[in-house]
Amino acid sequence: MWLAPAEWAAVALSVQVAFWATLVSLPLGLLAAYALARWSFPGKQWLNALVHLPLILPPVVTGYLLLLTFGLRAPLGGFLAEFGIVFAFRWTGAALAAAVMAFPLMVRAMRLSIQAVDPKLEEAAATLGASRIWVFLTVVLPLSLPGILTGAILAFAKAMGEFGATITFVSNIPGQTQTLPTAIYAFLQVPGGESSALRLVIVSVLVSIGALLLSEFLAHRLTGRNAT
Amino acid sequence: MTLFVHVKHRYESLSIDVVFEAPPGLTVLFGPSGCGKTSIMRAVAGLLRSDRAEISLDDHVLSDGRRFLPPHKRGLGYVFQDHRLFPHMSVLQNLRYGQRFAQGGGIELGEERVIELLGLGPLRDRRPVALSGGEAARVALGRALLARPRMLLADEPLASLDAARKAEILPYFERLRDELDVPILYVSHSAAEVARLATTIVALSQGRVVKTGAARDVLADPNITPAGPRAVGAVLDAQVRTHHSDGLTELDAGGIALFLPNVSAPVGAMLRVRIAAQDVILSTDAPGAISALNHIPGQVKSMRAGSGPGTIVALDTAAGALLARITARSAKALDLQEGRAVWAIVKTVSVAPDDVGGGRG
Repeated sequence: MWLAPAEWAAVALSVQVAFWATLVSLPLGLLAAYALARWSFPGKQWLNALVHLPLILPPVVTGYLLLLTFGLRAPLGGFLAEFGIVFAFRWTGAALAAAVMAFPLMVRAMRLSIQAVDPKLEEAAATLGASRIWVFLTVVLPLSLPGILTGAILAFAKAMGEFGATITFVSNIPGQTQTLPTAIYAFLQVPGGESSALRLVIVSVLVSIGALLLSEFLAHRLTGRNAT
Repeated sequence: MTLFVHVKHRYESLSIDVVFEAPPGLTVLFGPSGCGKTSIMRAVAGLLRSDRAEISLDDHVLSDGRRFLPPHKRGLGYVFQDHRLFPHMSVLQNLRYGQRFAQGGGIELGEERVIELLGLGPLRDRRPVALSGGEAARVALGRALLARPRMLLADEPLASLDAARKAEILPYFERLRDELDVPILYVSHSAAEVARLATTIVALSQGRVVKTGAARDVLADPNITPAGPRAVGAVLDAQVRTHHSDGLTELDAGGIALFLPNVSAPVGAMLRVRIAAQDVILSTDAPGAISALNHIPGQVKSMRAGSGPGTIVALDTAAGALLARITARSAKALDLQEGRAVWAIVKTVSVAPDDVGGGRG
C-alpha cells in the first residue's frame, strides 16, 4: 500500500464515519423526506427550515452548536453519557457531525423522488387493502428507490468530506477523530507534509468520483428496470 | 348485499347532498360531467373525507358520524378511469397485489377464473407500459376483483378508451353483472353505456339525486335527461328469434318483431336493445309503404316539451316503454295527447352495434 499508516488510518476512519453517518440517518431522512413530500401538518415549514439549516449555517457554527448540545458538560450530552453514549471528541461525534451536515442533501434528493411518485398509485394501493406502511413499502419505496439511493450516496460523499463541523465538534486527534479532510489540513500545517496531503487528496477525489458514478449507474439501472 | 349512501359535501362551486341505495346488480350513478359522481364514489371508497358520510354495506358500517373506516379496511374494489396500474410490477404482480391484504367476506373468484374471464393469460408477464388502453382496463378490473372485494366501484372505467376498446370491455362488465354475485356501483355519463349495463340507475344533477329506480323505468322517463335530450333513449328486452340470410337479425320483443342489423348472439339469447329517442318516428296511421322495418304500435303515455323546439313523447307498447323525440310542431300537427294510439317507426340501421347488449340486466 502506498499510503503511510497514519494516512491509511485517516482514510479508514473517514469510511467508517461516513458509513455509519449514512446508515443511521437513512431512516430519519426517509421519514423527513416523506413527511415533507406528502403530509401537510402545522410547522411543516419549520421542519423544512430545520432540515436545511446545516446547509446554510457556517459549518463552524453547526459544530459549535453540536458541542453545546452533545458536549460532556451539556445537559443532553451528559444525560447520554450516563448510558455510555459519548459523542464529544470520539469518532461517533465525527459521524454525528457528518450526518447532520449531510442530512439536507439526503432529504432533498429523497423528497424530490418521493414527490415524483404519483399519489394516485397510493390511493389505488389503499383501495386494494394496503395500509399506509404497506403502501410505502410496496409502492412509494420501490418507485422512488433511484432517488433514495442517490440521496444516500450523496450523503456518504458529503460525510467523507465534512470538515468544519467535524473539527469544531470532535477536534483532529490522529487515530481517533482525524478524518480524511482534517488529516489533509493537518499535513498541510507541518513542513514536508505536502506529499502525504497530496496522496490523501487523490484518495478523496477517487472516492468522490466513484460515489458519483455509482449513483448515476444505480439510478440508470433502476429507472431502466421500471420502464420496461 | 345493498349499499346505503348518504353523502354531503360542499365545494366552492358545487354542493353535494345525496341519499340512495345500491341493491344487488349494477347500479349506475348517471349524470353530466361535474355533477359530483366521482366525489360520491370517492366518499364511498373512503378516499374523500366528505363533510358528512353515512355509508354502510348491509349492516356493516363503513362510515358514519363517529366512525371512518380508512380505504384499506373497506374491502371495496375500485376500478379507476386512469387504471392506475403499478408501473414497477408485472401484470401478474399487479393482479396479485390485493391478495395478501384481502380480509375475506368478499367474492372469491380465484386467480385462474379471473384470468380466464378477462382474457389476461397472454398479458401475465408484461409490464403496464407495454399494455394498450383496453388491456390496462382489463388488468385494472382483474386486480380489483382479485382483492376479493365485497363490492366493486367502477369510476368511468371506459371513458379513457376509444369506441373499439369500449366495445371490447363492455361485455366483461355484462358478464360480471350476470355471472357473479358482486354488487357493482358504476359511474358514467354515457347513455349508451348506462342502457347496456345498468340494472338500477341513480340519476344525478348538480349534486342532487333527481330520480332513482330500475334502469328501464328511469331510462323511459322523459323528464330524466342527464346526458342531454340527444342522448335520451329507452331500452327494450328482446329475444333472438332468427338470423335472416340478408344480414338481418329478427328479435321478439313482447310478441313484436324487431329487425336489427346482424347481431352476433345465438337464437334464444336475451338482449337489451337501446332505441334512441331521436331515431323514432311517430305516425298516427298504420305505416304503409315505408322503408323502415320496425313498426311498433302503442299509446302515448306522457309528453314533455323541452326548452327548445323538441318534445319527448313516452309510449306504452307491447314491446316495452319507448321514448320518441319529435318536434313540438309535429306533435301539434298529429294532435298527440295522452292515450292516443300511435305507431313508433324505427329504422333498422339506426340501431348501432353499441346499442345492443347481452344479458338479463
